[in-house]
Amino acid sequence: MSELLEAPAAGSVTAAPRNYEILPKPTDDGEVGGDLLEVAMGPHHPSTHGVFRMDVVLDGEQVVKLKPVFGYLHRNHEKIAENTTYLASMPYTDRLDYLCSMTNNWAYALSVERLTGLQPPERAEYIRVITAELTRLVNHTCLVGFLLQDMGALGTPLMYAFREREIILDLFESLTGSRMMCNYMRFGGCRVDLPVGWLDQARSALDGYEEFLETFQKFLTENEILVARSQGIGVLPPELAISASITGPMLRASGVNYDLRKVDKYGIYDRFDFRVPLGDHGDVYDRYMIRVLEMQESVKILRQALRDIPGGPIVDPKAKIRGFRPKAGEAYGRIECPKGELGFYLISDGSPNPYRYRVRPPSLINLTVLEDMCLGQTVADAVIILGSVDIVLGEVDR
Amino acid sequence: MDEGLRSELSKQGVFTTKLTDLYNWGRKNSVWPLQFGLACCAIEMIATTMARYDLARFGAEVFRPSPRQADLMIVAGTVTKKMAPQVVRLYNQMPEPKYVIAMGACAISGGPFKQGYNVLKGIDRFIPVDVHIPGCPPRPEALIHAFMLLQKKIYAQTFTGAARPRFLDPAAPSEFPVPAFGEHDLVPPSNPAIWRAPKFDREEG
Amino acid sequence: METLDQIKSRIEGAFPGAALQIIPNESAAQQPSLVVDNASAFAVARWLRDDPALRLDYCSNVSGVDWLPAETTTKTKVKKLVNGVEQEVEEVTKTARPGYLEAVYHLYSMSLKHGPVILRLRTLDRAEQNQVPSLTPLWRGAEFQEREIYDLFGIRFDGHPDLRRILMWDGFVDHPMRKDYVEPDDYDYEPTPHDEVLEKAQKHQGTEVSA
Repeated sequence: MSELLEAPAAGSVTAAPRNYEILPKPTDDGEVGGDLLEVAMGPHHPSTHGVFRMDVVLDGEQVVKLKPVFGYLHRNHEKIAENTTYLASMPYTDRLDYLCSMTNNWAYALSVERLTGLQPPERAEYIRVITAELTRLVNHTCLVGFLLQDMGALGTPLMYAFREREIILDLFESLTGSRMMCNYMRFGGCRVDLPVGWLDQARSALDGYEEFLETFQKFLTENEILVARSQGIGVLPPELAISASITGPMLRASGVNYDLRKVDKYGIYDRFDFRVPLGDHGDVYDRYMIRVLEMQESVKILRQALRDIPGGPIVDPKAKIRGFRPKAGEAYGRIECPKGELGFYLISDGSPNPYRYRVRPPSLINLTVLEDMCLGQTVADAVIILGSVDIVLGEVDR
Repeated sequence: MDEGLRSELSKQGVFTTKLTDLYNWGRKNSVWPLQFGLACCAIEMIATTMARYDLARFGAEVFRPSPRQADLMIVAGTVTKKMAPQVVRLYNQMPEPKYVIAMGACAISGGPFKQGYNVLKGIDRFIPVDVHIPGCPPRPEALIHAFMLLQKKIYAQTFTGAARPRFLDPAAPSEFPVPAFGEHDLVPPSNPAIWRAPKFDREEG
Repeated sequence: METLDQIKSRIEGAFPGAALQIIPNESAAQQPSLVVDNASAFAVARWLRDDPALRLDYCSNVSGVDWLPAETTTKTKVKKLVNGVEQEVEEVTKTARPGYLEAVYHLYSMSLKHGPVILRLRTLDRAEQNQVPSLTPLWRGAEFQEREIYDLFGIRFDGHPDLRRILMWDGFVDHPMRKDYVEPDDYDYEPTPHDEVLEKAQKHQGTEVSA
């Protein structure tokens, strides 16, 4: 077994030389070599949150090697976008990270606005913040539900999480006409204005949400099983996190203060009073807690935004729907989506279609350190470490 | 049995039924789906089983992770060419009688991603589909509707005669060949035994 | 943060042999980028990461771009003697640019919270000489993205620890994100009345009949 890799030193900034041999495909009965067992977890596996696959080599129950395998949901988003107009890609962005269509819309709209110089009016900016933070609530609630399901709390927390999700999806549906695939933002603004009474509906939904968060916290945060299962598991040191381009709650759980809402201050985030929660162990429990705390901060932002939202137009008058041709150039725009930094890199050659359309997927890049976090842990822990990374396969493979 | 006699008996507190009906009634109310999500539609599939929509009302909340224990495969999401062999393999591993719901535009035809080089244009090119639900993604109500259609189909199945279902026909295959990865595409790109391009003529002008 | 011109002159001071070129960006984003030659790219990138004023410790995004061979026409006005009279004549010069592949790195600093500095590495052509140095040893975050570019664009990254296909299957031969990629002809049944698709479907049926 000596030819198999040794665990790289945790915290090594650059990639340690490692054994990168492709694993042979396991036979039907599972290949057994010596004391090692090679398992392909996925692409059909209940704990991989979609069609993700991990090729795991196990020594007893310990993970000695783990290789993620991607591409089972590679549906050519970038190629399709390069063959169609700028606006026609907007509905496709919904389907990237299909839990958070609003933030995907925003990231793409922001990049095109960077490219063309469009400026959304005040009201549109507020609507964007409101919908994005609602999306963050949806994503984090579902993630917590799925994570607890991975830990063995079958059904119940997820049931409550989806109950709350439905309330927010009702808001999205009355605003955009669709539950999940909102296709709501446009270059230089938003598609339609808020329906009458929507703000009140949102406020009352928020009241219910705060109550739910309190209950959730009370039952779960100090739950003995949760603590025993997740503390000290899957530790990610901050140096490695920075080097591996980890972003989002996973980075902040390792104690690195980098939140694009504070760093880039895109949109109007500099007007809101909120804090960026940071972890200090970088383990699964911290990643869980960061999400819970971020939800509380999101509620705070939402309260302020719902209070301050002004009237006015919702689209930049300079924005053109027909004959939209940005002049030649390129732009990279990025926002803090619930999973991390979602960026769009666009190159325009002056034609109606983008010459190059690239999505910077936080879910894929956050998986870079999956092996480093899982080495030496048991296979059951590998499942919850993957759960705490928070991936959506539509974005990993695009 | 005569319908009048039957209703008369039921007034007297005697319940009569046919063995086939009883058997199908039991089958249709305990369909166990495979816990198998591919893409966006899977989230709506989960939402269908959760608090508000509650698929348990139809006896189908028991999502099985193993194909050996499942009766129904809900193909929920885009089937890519890289994933298609696995989907067929999972279908082959399911015991008869087995049913397939193609959920959403992608599973039916490739949907919005049809032009992609890695996207399979409909799962019915490789496995037989019982119910198609349009939508991108279909709402949970649509999935429940598809489920009720499937229940109707199960309930109407007879076990003898020429109209008996596929799984009782010894000549009909229960497993289908798994496509292989080629240099550019799947080999074969579709299974001619179960799928043939429908003839499609467009009027000139 | 310094402007890209200042960074460029500092790099030139530190690496006299490096061939650098600034690509201006006309769009509203105002994000110019820096082309670095392949020989000094790794050293320059390490300098960018370690320089105390820049500290670009975070490689956010790596994208591949495919540039087909192109012909650019430039019109220049030249004064010429025509029939003994000096006249201004437009002269059209055509320059053929060979195609190449490009890897674009968006670098930010997490510790100093600034950015981006955009690095571009170019291959010599689109066929055999398709190598650029890998920056994965400097930023591990580039690992999967470089693999993806290798898979979809066919750039070979020298020094990448694990360069193999990531999204497509192993036996796949093409690089599908290239502009001249021909997708497999599976237009057996296309009821959509959409010009481009309909054309492909008719072409497919036509070939089927003749074969």
